[in-house]
Amino acid sequence: MRGIEKNLDKISAQGVRPVAISVDSPETSRNLVEQQKYTFPFLSDQNNDVIRRYDLVHKGQGENGRDIARPAEFLLDSSGTVRWVHLTENYWVRARPEDVLEVTKLLK
Amino acid sequence: MNVRRFNWPLWLGFILSVVTFFSYFAVFVWYPITRDFPWANLLLFLVAAVLLVVGLRRGFASDKRRSKIVATVVTTLGVVVIAFFLFAFFVGGRSLPASKGAPQVGQKVPEFTLTDTNGKAVSLNELLTRPINGSPPKGVLLVFYRGYW
Repeated sequence: MRGIEKNLDKISAQGVRPVAISVDSPETSRNLVEQQKYTFPFLSDQNNDVIRRYDLVHKGQGENGRDIARPAEFLLDSSGTVRWVHLTENYWVRARPEDVLEVTKLLK
Repeated sequence: MNVRRFNWPLWLGFILSVVTFFSYFAVFVWYPITRDFPWANLLLFLVAAVLLVVGLRRGFASDKRRSKIVATVVTTLGVVVIAFFLFAFFVGGRSLPASKGAPQVGQKVPEFTLTDTNGKAVSLNELLTRPINGSPPKGVLLVFYRGYW
């Protein structure tokens, strides 16, 4: 997230809008956004509806055994079609902003 | 107090293992090069392990029963800290769902509407069409994350 924020100008210049999604409540996300000074949208999927539909549920990994999202990144074109996907094999390892910037060039 | 008797490698090794454990989350996690593979932590853990072994041998070289017990307990704790980190990173981190049904390249993703940080409903369609710096977006990067709990 911090990497995306740092590179937000470059990502925006490519015409790409980053959007973060988690099970956190809007209030929790707002605290995070304010604390870390994030300026891109953070959306709240508290009931795992979208996370489930995208098959990204990581069962019982949240607080009190709650289901959460596994880390995943999707680059969609303007029609909503996936152009690049990154499903990490180790949740400590995330997509790097450089890689994201590289693939944004795939979009016309 | 007899300064010579103080088993400094033992305690330094223990403190270093604990500090190294937390340093990943406090420092190294912020830099991709030390986050994606924790080589900085592994190096520091190696130094800590060497100190612990030296400390353990020192403890057992003493004729006092107490220093043997202290050396054994402190070394064990240090090893537990190191093992816990290695397990969390290399085993825990890899225990992820297969996500076979996740949208693949070339597939259109399902439309959704979610709540933003101001409590406002936002649809994917809106994200794909609302202009960025005055021109229509070329795309959206969806970043699913584990949450801030």
